[in-house]
Amino acid sequence: MYEKDGERYFVVDGHIHFWDASPANWVPGQEQYAKGWIECFHAYMGLGPEETHWPIEKFQKYSEEDFVRDVFENGYADVGVFQSTYLKSWYRDGFNTLERNAALAEKHPGRLITNGRWDPREGEAGLRQLEEDAKQHNLQGVKLYTAEWHNGSRGWTLKDPEAQVFLEKCQELGIKNIHVHKGPTIWPLDKDAFDVRDVDYAATSFPELNFIVEHVGLPRIEDFCFMATQEPNVYAGLAVVIGGLMHARPRFFAKVMGELLFWVGEDKLLFGSDYAIWEPKWQVEGFVDWNYPAGDEFSDYPEVTTATKKKIMGLNAAKLYGIEVPEELRLPAEAGTPAAREDAQLVGGEI
Amino acid sequence: MTTHARVLDALSAVHDPELDEPITSLRFVSSCQVSDDGDVEVVLRLPTPQCAPNFAYLMAADARDAVRRLPAVREVTVRLEDHYTGDEINAAVARGDGFSGAFPGETEDDELDALRAVFQRKALLARQSRLCEALLAKDETREQVVARRVADLPDVVDARRCLELRGELGLPCADDAPAFVLPDGRGLAAADLDRWLRTARLVRTSLEANGSICRSLLQIRHRLAPDTEEVFT
Repeated sequence: MYEKDGERYFVVDGHIHFWDASPANWVPGQEQYAKGWIECFHAYMGLGPEETHWPIEKFQKYSEEDFVRDVFENGYADVGVFQSTYLKSWYRDGFNTLERNAALAEKHPGRLITNGRWDPREGEAGLRQLEEDAKQHNLQGVKLYTAEWHNGSRGWTLKDPEAQVFLEKCQELGIKNIHVHKGPTIWPLDKDAFDVRDVDYAATSFPELNFIVEHVGLPRIEDFCFMATQEPNVYAGLAVVIGGLMHARPRFFAKVMGELLFWVGEDKLLFGSDYAIWEPKWQVEGFVDWNYPAGDEFSDYPEVTTATKKKIMGLNAAKLYGIEVPEELRLPAEAGTPAAREDAQLVGGEI
Repeated sequence: MTTHARVLDALSAVHDPELDEPITSLRFVSSCQVSDDGDVEVVLRLPTPQCAPNFAYLMAADARDAVRRLPAVREVTVRLEDHYTGDEINAAVARGDGFSGAFPGETEDDELDALRAVFQRKALLARQSRLCEALLAKDETREQVVARRVADLPDVVDARRCLELRGELGLPCADDAPAFVLPDGRGLAAADLDRWLRTARLVRTSLEANGSICRSLLQIRHRLAPDTEEVFT
């Protein structure tokens, strides 16, 4: 919980990691990729305030104590959501697996939600694994990487018939929240790894599931917005938007937020710090203090209110994950402003 | 103009296909050397070692083509440094055998061309919207703005680039063609202008925000002096 100027904010950090990218975990022969990956992440940390930068050694592998302090104590999170990232071809025990996350979550009951994964190309074995994971970890969500290469296949889409089977399985197992990574990937060659049209298809076919597009499709925010505005069950994960822009490029941050509030609306934006790429503390504090800078270019964006911020910081995610919010931290039902119901027919899809 | 200056000038016409900004102003050209005999070596650097190989290839290949067209140069080498597929890309660019030559069996060149066209359309939309807004800000009416022809466009970077993009996309570029066009080449209608601008502004914000992250990452990685935030104004 974060308190500022007499207002109290229930904080759900929707996108956190507990990774091990230390040299001891690098797969022999793949060292340059394992090293390059974490160094790339580390450069992103540089987009945050200087006093929050870590040396690369700590960034490669941080301790449980660091995690608890940064996320819960200094980072104000009431609940954090782990998104798993495997990358087992580079990291021997995986980068940030369900097992590793779940082990930490067990020590903090009610505070950490662990999301699983699936890949439709794993077929029947993948379905069985998902069932097991769901049972063992009481999964409410999964994180999917559609652009990942696998045994000669150059990625997959949520439109594939095999993916429908997995989505049906999610529905059956009560896994409601489908987080889809649409953003930078490792080996997308000619394909556009950021294409979000498949999310549109799946969101229509599975109206009872929620689709959370992580990193708001950055760098294709426009494609995401045109799609999200038409689908009631599509949400935007703000990880990287706040961390990558709010400090480093505040005017662009304001424009991106203005566009997201206009097209997607404050009821469908979810805070995520992307810890440990960035510490949550400055993001939470900065976002609660944030408003548009003065200037005509921001004048017709939707207003940002305390209710807007309360929703984005945690209340929206609490709804998706069925998290009990203390009465005094809730909002009256009608608070806030919904998104403009504008369509994108002039440019949507065929810019 | 020295050969070196001409080479840099040619490189400033090469655009990042995703951001539609010159690779020179993005600071992607880390060195450019011309020998006494006219051999040219250009070294490119990108914001991260994991920047998309497809776009990386396009920039390297476009840079080589642009420099090779100059009369005074002999051998042209373009090298992408510190990138995880740099070796493959550099070899394919040197051979001039396309993106599929860099990654045999893993890609097809026509898919890359289609992706490039998607970004050309986005760039055109973003740049047209900046021109439109500038005219509206000078108190032109919506009717006056959409009535403008290509010949009436101001002589500014955005307008020149719009015409290049229109040419590449096969859209009309003649002096009497509409100054502002929809994806199919038809002129914009005054009644649609506000809604069109609303969507165009989103596309523009996306490109600009993306570009700003790229600039920041490059700056951090190579310890460069900060640039100004508002890169387009």
